[in-house]
Parts: sequence; C-alpha cells; structure tokens
Amino acid sequence: MTTRFIETMVGLFVVLGVLALFMLAMKVSNLSRLTSNDGYEVSAYFENIGGLKVRSPVTVSGVRVGQVLEIVYDSDRYEAKVLMRIQASHDYFPIDTTASIYTAGLLGEQYVALEPGAEDDVLVAGDHIEFTQSALVLEEIIGKIVVKLTSG
Amino acid sequence: MVATTLQSIGGWALGLFENFGRASLFLGKIIASIPHALTRPRLIIKEIYSIGVLSLTIILVSGLFVGMVLGLQGYITLVDFGAEESLGVVVAMTLVRELGPVVTALLFAGRAGSALAAEIGLMKATEQLSSMEMMAVDPIKRIITPRFIGGFISVPILTAIFTAVGILGGRFVGVGLLGIDEGSYWSQMQANVDLIDDVANGMIKGVVFAVACVWIALYKGYEAIPTAEGISLATTHTVVNSALAVLALDFVLTALMFGNL
Repeated sequence: MTTRFIETMVGLFVVLGVLALFMLAMKVSNLSRLTSNDGYEVSAYFENIGGLKVRSPVTVSGVRVGQVLEIVYDSDRYEAKVLMRIQASHDYFPIDTTASIYTAGLLGEQYVALEPGAEDDVLVAGDHIEFTQSALVLEEIIGKIVVKLTSG
Repeated sequence: MVATTLQSIGGWALGLFENFGRASLFLGKIIASIPHALTRPRLIIKEIYSIGVLSLTIILVSGLFVGMVLGLQGYITLVDFGAEESLGVVVAMTLVRELGPVVTALLFAGRAGSALAAEIGLMKATEQLSSMEMMAVDPIKRIITPRFIGGFISVPILTAIFTAVGILGGRFVGVGLLGIDEGSYWSQMQANVDLIDDVANGMIKGVVFAVACVWIALYKGYEAIPTAEGISLATTHTVVNSALAVLALDFVLTALMFGNL
C-alpha cells in the first residue's frame, strides 16, 4: 500500500463527496430555482389566503413564473398581504392583472395564479395587484350550499 | 442495607461524572492540538483513507438499498392516495433530513469507530503509547488528533454520498421499476427540498455526529483497560455509546432545526 495509492484514493473520495454535495444542491434542492437577485417584487392583498405558504409557486397559465416571498397580516386593511417575486424575464404583466389563490389538485398545494389584464402599463417592482380572488375555503362553500338547500 | 445501596448509587453517579469530565478534558486536549496536527497533513490523509475510503463500500451499498426500500414503501403508501408523484419528495426529505446522517453515523460507528477503539486500545496494551511518551512524542498529537480530524472530514462526506446514492436508488425503483414520471420525481423534489433548511441542516447533523462518534471511539480506546478483555469491552462500549449518542443528539438537533419547540 504505497503512499501514492492512499493519496489518490483519498482524492477520489473527496471528489466523490463534492459531487454528491453538488448533486444534493443542484438536482435535489431548490437552488436552481432560487432567483434571489433576479426578478422583481409585487404585492397583493387577499381577504383569505387559505393554505398559501412562503415559497408557494406563482404561476400564469399554469407556468411557474415566481414564488411567494412573504405573507403578513396587514392590520390597517384587515387583509393578508402576500409579497411575491416574479422572474425578471416575465416583465409584461399589465397593471390590471388578477391574482387568485387556487389549489393544485383536490388536496394539493395552494398557489397564486396570475391572469393578465388588458392595460398597456405593466407591473414594476413594488406595485400592488389590485384585483385579487381569495382562496376557497371548503367550509364556506359547504355553508353556502347548506343555506341554499335549506332556503329553497 | 439502605446505606450500602445509597453508597453504591452515589459511587456510580460519581463515576459517571468523573468519566464524563475526563472525556471532556480529552476532547479539549484534542482540540488544542488540532493546529499542530494540521502541520502534518500526511498523517491526516492516511487516516481519511482508513476511516473514510474503506467505509465507502458499506455506505454505498446501504445507501442504495435504503433508497430503494424508501422508494418502494413510499410508493405503496402514496399510490392509495393517488399521490405517487410525490415519491421524490418523500424519498429526498427522509434521506436528507434524517436517514442520511443517522444511518451513516451508525454504520460509521460500527465500521470505523470500533476499529479506532480497538487499534488505540491495542496500542495502549502493547505500551506503544507509553513508549511514545518516553520519546517525548505526545500520543495525543501524533495518534489521536489525526484520527479525530480524519473522522471529522470523512463522516460529512460519507453522509453526502449516502444521501445522493439513496436518492438515486429511490429513483431506480420509482421511475425505473414502478413507472413514475421522471420529471415529476425530480421537480417535486426541487420544489420542496430547501438548500438551507434541509440540505445544510442535514450536513450539520453529519458534522455533529462525526464529532460524537470519533470522540467516543478515541476516548474509549485511549481509556481502555490494557487487557484483551478490556479492549473487547472498549469496542463494545464504543458502538453502543455511539449509537445512543447519535440517536439522542438526532432528536435534539431535529427539535432545534425543524421542530419549533
């Protein structure tokens, strides 16, 4: 067992470890999706955000264009303020864009869906999205159905 | 009768504290001699070879099979809910957060920790350590610390390899054998596994377990009674104590990192 053999094997071992870490970073975790510097931030107020979480996707026509950065409760407006970051390449959303919270699948994750409006001016960093549609809460819908059934 | 029982309990407790104090002082000495050991990287490379490289086979094989079992079990559970597309998340989260660091540390304690304890115990029994001291060579600097650094470097690398191989094993079963869509396996994983929260925390666990396992193994070997029986006792204690330490530390670390306790 020569020293050279041992050193070569240790070198291979370390390279293997770095490759494994690299795979964990690039292929397994969200590093490739983190666009921390790239993109602009817009906010929207929702009456009810349902199960929306930080890092939930922001989509348009089902295509992921950004993610939710921060969710806080605004005590002045009595509404939840959702701050989202949209990738810089998607800078064409008109100012009358609608933001809705939908659920992916029956029990799936909730996400923000954007629906572009018709204005010429586009959203830039720091803008608010005026038109929003809150998350559907199952109990509310059932309550409405029950009211409808019993009143009719 | 009562007095002797109390006496023996007190003696046992004092012995426990004494042992722990000695182990802490031992760790302190190791840490103090790290700068000195770093000036002789050859010794450390040799230890990385015998501790890390030689543990690679067991880590690769176990990682692959643990990942494959996770893929299969996860699929069986998820398919009932029609959520088998989430298999990638299940496999990756389990491996990155828990099984990767814990199983690696347990295997490491069995494969390398016991060997370290036996080696140093035998050095002590054959009075190699005492003769080093006679020649004014500090055995902590020359023997113990290079092994400590070698383990400290090796275990996180082994953890990363175990986790990566496990995820590939899960992919082999899920995508290759059970026919889940390859794209959703990876994209669901990427959407849910966070680089800092999950991957980095898993690696921190690996580092903590490395210190615990190597520390226990070296201490048990260094303090072994220099007889055949004493060395066998030291190896047994190394594996048992390492396993208990790893599992207990894992709970503490998990509570700190993910638990919001």
